[in-house]
Amino acid sequence: MSDVSQDNDNERGKLFGGDFDIKRVLLEGRAFFALIAIIVIFSILSPVYFSTSNFLTMSSHVAIFGLLSLGMLLVILTGGIDLSVGSTLGLAGVFAGFLMQGVSFEILGVVFYPPVWVVVILTCGLGALVGAINGVLIAYFKVPAFVATLGLLYVARGVALLMTDGLTFNNLGGSPELGNTGFDWLGFNRLLGIPVGVLILAAVAIVGILLLARTPFGRWVYSTGGNARAAELSGVPVKRVQVLVYVISGICAAIAGLVLSSQLTSAGPTAGTTYELTAIAGVVIGGAALTGGRGNVRGTLLGAFVIGFLSDGLVIIGVSSYWQTVFTGAVIILAVLLNSIQYSGQKKQQASSDGKTTSPQPEGATERSPASGSTAGNAGTQS
Amino acid sequence: MNEHAVSQEEALGKVILSARNIAKSFGNVHALKAVNFDVHYGQVTTLFGENGAGKSTLMKILSGVMQPSSGEIVLEGEPVSFSSTTEAQRHGISIIHQELSLAPNLSVRDNVFMGREIVGKGGVDYAEESHQTRQLMEELDEPIDPLTPVEDLRLGQQQIVEIARALSVNSRILIMDEPTSALSASEVEVLFRVIRDLKSRGVSLVYISHHLEEALTITDHAVVLRDGRMTAYAARAEIDLEWIVRNMVGENFDLGSPPEGYAMGDAVLSIEGVTVPDASVPGRAVVDDMSLSVRAGEIVCIYGLMGAGRTELLESVAGRGGMVAGRVLLHGEDISRLSIAERIEKGLVLVPEDRQRDGLVPTMSVGENLSLASIGAFTKGLLTSRGRERHVVGDSISNVHIKTDGPAASIGSLSGGNQQKVVIGKMMATHPRVVLLDEPSRGIDIGAKAEVFRLLSEGAAQQGLAVVFSTSEVGECLSIAHRIVVMSRGRIAAEFGADATKEEIMAASGEAVVA
Ligand SMILES: Nc1ncnc2c1ncn2[C@@H]1O[C@H](COP(=O)(O)OP(=O)(O)OP(=O)(O)O)[C@@H](O)[C@H]1O
Ligand SMILES: [Mg+2]
Repeated sequence: MSDVSQDNDNERGKLFGGDFDIKRVLLEGRAFFALIAIIVIFSILSPVYFSTSNFLTMSSHVAIFGLLSLGMLLVILTGGIDLSVGSTLGLAGVFAGFLMQGVSFEILGVVFYPPVWVVVILTCGLGALVGAINGVLIAYFKVPAFVATLGLLYVARGVALLMTDGLTFNNLGGSPELGNTGFDWLGFNRLLGIPVGVLILAAVAIVGILLLARTPFGRWVYSTGGNARAAELSGVPVKRVQVLVYVISGICAAIAGLVLSSQLTSAGPTAGTTYELTAIAGVVIGGAALTGGRGNVRGTLLGAFVIGFLSDGLVIIGVSSYWQTVFTGAVIILAVLLNSIQYSGQKKQQASSDGKTTSPQPEGATERSPASGSTAGNAGTQS
Repeated sequence: MNEHAVSQEEALGKVILSARNIAKSFGNVHALKAVNFDVHYGQVTTLFGENGAGKSTLMKILSGVMQPSSGEIVLEGEPVSFSSTTEAQRHGISIIHQELSLAPNLSVRDNVFMGREIVGKGGVDYAEESHQTRQLMEELDEPIDPLTPVEDLRLGQQQIVEIARALSVNSRILIMDEPTSALSASEVEVLFRVIRDLKSRGVSLVYISHHLEEALTITDHAVVLRDGRMTAYAARAEIDLEWIVRNMVGENFDLGSPPEGYAMGDAVLSIEGVTVPDASVPGRAVVDDMSLSVRAGEIVCIYGLMGAGRTELLESVAGRGGMVAGRVLLHGEDISRLSIAERIEKGLVLVPEDRQRDGLVPTMSVGENLSLASIGAFTKGLLTSRGRERHVVGDSISNVHIKTDGPAASIGSLSGGNQQKVVIGKMMATHPRVVLLDEPSRGIDIGAKAEVFRLLSEGAAQQGLAVVFSTSEVGECLSIAHRIVVMSRGRIAAEFGADATKEEIMAASGEAVVA
């Protein structure tokens, strides 16, 4: 027996708008409702929370997690995981900082100061390289994703520390004479009042939406995560897809590294430690399944906002950082709980709810949906 | 002892389990509409019906996998309701599912005793479990080592493990939903021997199969389901094959004959000396220096027992790897080094045997599955075009007659046979020049089978499609195929024209020797 009937609910909901069900809406939009709940609660608890300037500040924090989460989403959709993004972020920041200090070619006796756009390209290239190593190890050498990216987590962090001897680059401003100003434009500055980091996140998200929903590559990603063997026999270049998603994840991490060091106007080798976990949490809260094949950009963005707005809110109302950790963890668990209700619970729900409705009328068309969402709905309102 | 035998004699044929006015709906799909169904003590009741008629759904309800929307189940005169399979098992009812439900990473033994481990003094009594598993497998004439991981077994052997698991429960009522779809004729014989044995021990059986003739040899009662209703019932003595087909589909279906009246083209596919080694036995080859050439417009049937190397041959030709020697030529061009995707691009496609493992992406909708292999056809520039995709999907659904709620329905909502049609439709949507089909009729009803064959023979006659399909049912070879190739132990054992007889073909495959 195959067990994918749960999807049917969503699909049917779309097809037959008639059997609209508030509980299912709550479950499916849980990340959205969680975000609203977080905003309402913190606005009540603190007068400064609900203000444009605070939202913009929080959003620029979210930008970092959001970028990492979007890359992570692609990887998770193929059924993989990328633990190296936090370290790649740190390495990318340090590498950019290193380039901004000028590269000296000792043989020629000159110091070369690359302009910011070159720095951006080289840094993204470095992120892509880290991702490519991950991808090749996983797709061609069959190293389990968890292990390969765990290894790269250590290697990338180690290289970042080696490059700076553990120190931080503070001078990222460049100077007009050297023609390398403009690093501020990667995250620190604002455009039309909006932090550049947020705009970059929005741009990456739009590309992500198009990529997943409207390109062959997107279809390949979903099918690889859903059933790699079947995908391969249908002509999907499964191995190339696997390498590419890690490359994209690496580039996203590099962009996040650039944005973060621009925001902080400094690049330290320990930046981004444990961010990979936050990124995974964002994807999971956004409704993706860690087993692959299910998830989307919209959910992941919401997930990143939930995490970001929650942790900043806790800081603003002055909760101790120990409690912040506890709260964040609880939210993640709740999200995964809801995922399992959506992806497997519905099946059981469907079976048992049909058993209960022993009404003589055989038209069970609408009976099932309200009942099937019931537990799910209750759980949904808790978050 | 004697007394017991007498009471058993009396009880024989009595209704032990019955479904009363069972209805079951999935959203808008009314899979069952007030069905009545009886299981007779110590006898086999066979359920016939088209794909999507509701057979599996009814069986899932009787075995506690699902609950009915309305209606009741009566066991020995008492109304009962099962909220789970374990509860049904406590009442002595167990089921062999149509889609295998084994854990591939576990051994045969662990699968047989999954959830019912024998616990001794020091934890699980593995020795006893192994012993019982070995006995069961021997009873089924498939002496596989109990410690072999299930993923190393071929599909037919996995099905036998599934059967062994159901037997190990010692249930009073045993439901078998298409237990033979991956079994060879001799394996089916063994299963039937076991079924007769069970009957004599007073076990009541329900049997579902699309192999009608085969099922008739074992059944005592025949029930026909059509569109969620029971449309006919008869005892074995009163019926024949024609009765079943008439009640199932309303008319008599013929699997067709080789298409004629056109000139075949040149050889499009040439297989030269293809060799695939056996992964588990070093030095042995599953496909041993095979050569075969197929012309445009020609339909070739590869007949053979399970394990004859048909799947390995077709997979290696399609690019699944494993080939260590030989060449595959498509239109004279050597494609042995190309990837699967490149071969599909060039017009060579494979419809795999195991739809769950190799055919379907369970997380994607029916439409997305159907269009997966032909994404290029609806991509403009960088982006896919939804309008054109709808078109491709709509065409596939109507070409292979998939019974579904619509392209957005989930794969799991389709009946087994309709899932199979999705896999076939997906590959046909790429407009291939050469199509390889590995057991394409697995789990599809006689009407659908006729449709698939009609589709293939039309393709051959009108577009010069070269078709190679494998089967373990001789009757299918003798339908549309121009040429019948019998494979045995990785080699071609014999070749026949369309005028061969069943006996000739079976003898060449070595079946007579085994049986
Ligand atoms: N979980 C489900 N959700 C929605 N529809 C379903 C579900 N399971 C079955 N159906 C529908 O119920 C109908 C009966 O399906 P069922 O699996 O019982 O058919 P079947 O007679 O066993 O066919 P086959 O011979 O192809 O196995 C089909 O139309 C199928 O699409
Ligand atoms: Mg079925």
